[in-house]
Amino acid sequence: MANMAQAIRMALHYAEENLGVTDIFGEDVGAPLGGVFTCTQGLKTAWNSPLDERGIIGMAMGLAMAGSRPVAEIQFCDYVYNTIDLLKLAGNTCWASNGDWNMPMVVRTPVGSGIRGSMYHSHSFDATMTHIPGWKIVMPSTPLDAYGLLISACQEPNPVMFLEPKALLRVKGEERIPGEPDDDRALSKMIDAPLGDRSQWRPQWPNLEAFAVPIGKGKIVREGTQLTVVSYGRTLPLCAKAAAALADEGISAEVIDLRSLWPYDWEMIQASVQKTGRVLYVNEDTEVTNFGEHLVRRTVDELFYSLLAPPKLLAGKFIPGIGLADTLEMASVPQLGDITEAMRALAVQQP
Amino acid sequence: MSRPRLIKEASAPLPLERELLIRIHDLMVKARVLEERLIQMYKQGHGYFWIGGPGEEAFNVPLGLLMKVGQGPAYDFLHAHYRQSATLLAMGEEPIGALRQMKNTASDPYSGGRNFAGHFSIRAKNVVPVSSPIEVQYAMAPGTALAQKRLGGDSITIVTGGDAGTAEGDFASCLVWCSRPAEPLPVLMIVTNNKWGISTSGAEQHGEQRVADRGRAFGIQCKTINGNDPVEAYQELKEAMAYVRKERRPFLLEANVSRLYGHSSASGANLVTEEVDCLKQFEARLEQDGVLTRQQMDDTRNRYAEEMAAAARLVRDEPLPAPETIWNHIYAEKK
Repeated sequence: MANMAQAIRMALHYAEENLGVTDIFGEDVGAPLGGVFTCTQGLKTAWNSPLDERGIIGMAMGLAMAGSRPVAEIQFCDYVYNTIDLLKLAGNTCWASNGDWNMPMVVRTPVGSGIRGSMYHSHSFDATMTHIPGWKIVMPSTPLDAYGLLISACQEPNPVMFLEPKALLRVKGEERIPGEPDDDRALSKMIDAPLGDRSQWRPQWPNLEAFAVPIGKGKIVREGTQLTVVSYGRTLPLCAKAAAALADEGISAEVIDLRSLWPYDWEMIQASVQKTGRVLYVNEDTEVTNFGEHLVRRTVDELFYSLLAPPKLLAGKFIPGIGLADTLEMASVPQLGDITEAMRALAVQQP
Repeated sequence: MSRPRLIKEASAPLPLERELLIRIHDLMVKARVLEERLIQMYKQGHGYFWIGGPGEEAFNVPLGLLMKVGQGPAYDFLHAHYRQSATLLAMGEEPIGALRQMKNTASDPYSGGRNFAGHFSIRAKNVVPVSSPIEVQYAMAPGTALAQKRLGGDSITIVTGGDAGTAEGDFASCLVWCSRPAEPLPVLMIVTNNKWGISTSGAEQHGEQRVADRGRAFGIQCKTINGNDPVEAYQELKEAMAYVRKERRPFLLEANVSRLYGHSSASGANLVTEEVDCLKQFEARLEQDGVLTRQQMDDTRNRYAEEMAAAARLVRDEPLPAPETIWNHIYAEKK
């Protein structure tokens, strides 16, 4: 099965062939590198930009306003912060012009910990991004969802922020992307750029098929009855793993992959919490004014009388950065043990 | 590019056709009267904030007249700043729209009562929404220009801002992105230099002798002109635009202009008498050359003053946007 980086590449190929994507660009996005995570290797509309994040976002906005369909990349979300007012502008252009203009652009950026990336390759961006109205925000946790969400993003008439959990970019999927060959090695030979001289290399794209994951729809990864766990990105597979382990202890946890942060699938969360009475939100952004806090607030506001225990948030520590040492990173953001412990504690709480 | 212009010799005849001179004058008066009406509306409590471009008409009118106006990449894009009502009028806009935006009525054609005066936005004419953060337009301009270059043809992107704003990194971004040897872009970068940044003088803002010189390091054609002279502005803009249209490369044009009512209503919006008034100067020249009589020019001004007073009265009674409309247009719908 394809890994997430390959899935993103295939979605972008599908989008430039079928959905009118005109420009896939950013720092080191074009040949010869094709992206520091290989997500843009071999794409015909990929090109390298100056090392200027504001210029990248501005370029995408200009292209979008002139009828092109850009997919811009910020190499690490840690470097997107100097573009915040441009992101705000992209998000308010439709509203500010009373519906006259729209901004069909996608920005992709790798987020989160997991590669021992130290202070400036480990940031999360979901808490900040969900403070900027006018965007749609997605974050897949599997290659198939990455493929389907990116195809949806490339069909949107609005700006879409596509957050890539970098810890999962190299993880192979369990579901086949429509059109993907059966053999992983065959796929790699077809679409992974060779090491060394790539000047003569051209990818052999599989015959990919349309597959769109609708923006705004979550996915129940595991059904359960005693508690609900809502997560996305890197922490999602950890939640699923924890739920599987806890099943052996007789604890039944339902796991929701939110996939879209805005708009998000409240109906799915609501139905699950009304069933279980307990909910744990898990993400790895810093915990103060965290997106999960919004979900906790809404849970209290709207589902208070369905609750058997206080809704909980497990998130990253509110510290200035993620330190390089293994011990520091592990202590800064939720790990499997933290999640398992939080779920176990919540499952046994009684009113 | 630096040959002297005949207009600078007061004895030489004006080098533009009489009909065009009269058209430019008419639009300059119209724009000045509009700005004065907007200021009056603000002072009478019919608007919360005024910002605009009285003093820049001599440059802004020729700019609007020379643009290829239409929608989409086959036409010119304008990434304007908030001092360009004269450009918009020269592009064919009616002044009542600006009055409606000042009064923030539901009928405001540029933002539906959501944004300040002077913050124009017209998709049908490729006028990108003007926003209050200065200089962001310079970051976006290369994007529209790239789409235009790909399309072929002769359409260009025009981006304007003030001299103080050039301190922002987005100005440098525009210089970099437009002049890459692998992908030069058809952008006319304009800086209207009024030697102020809100209340801060030019000397406290930046040290280059001419802002236009910043283009030189990038191999960008550049020039500084007298933006208070509409004839010089017209000729220089025409030449610069012809270069960008044909060569598909950037040009940096700095126009020295006046700021006749201060930065905005935040600084009082009162007439400044020590700066050159481009309209007065142009009218003296038109009268001297026998293009128009004082009486004809007074009649033009009075006619526009009456028209705009009537329009302001009309706008005053128009409804504000309904509160529930805050939820409209957060997203565009798929068509």
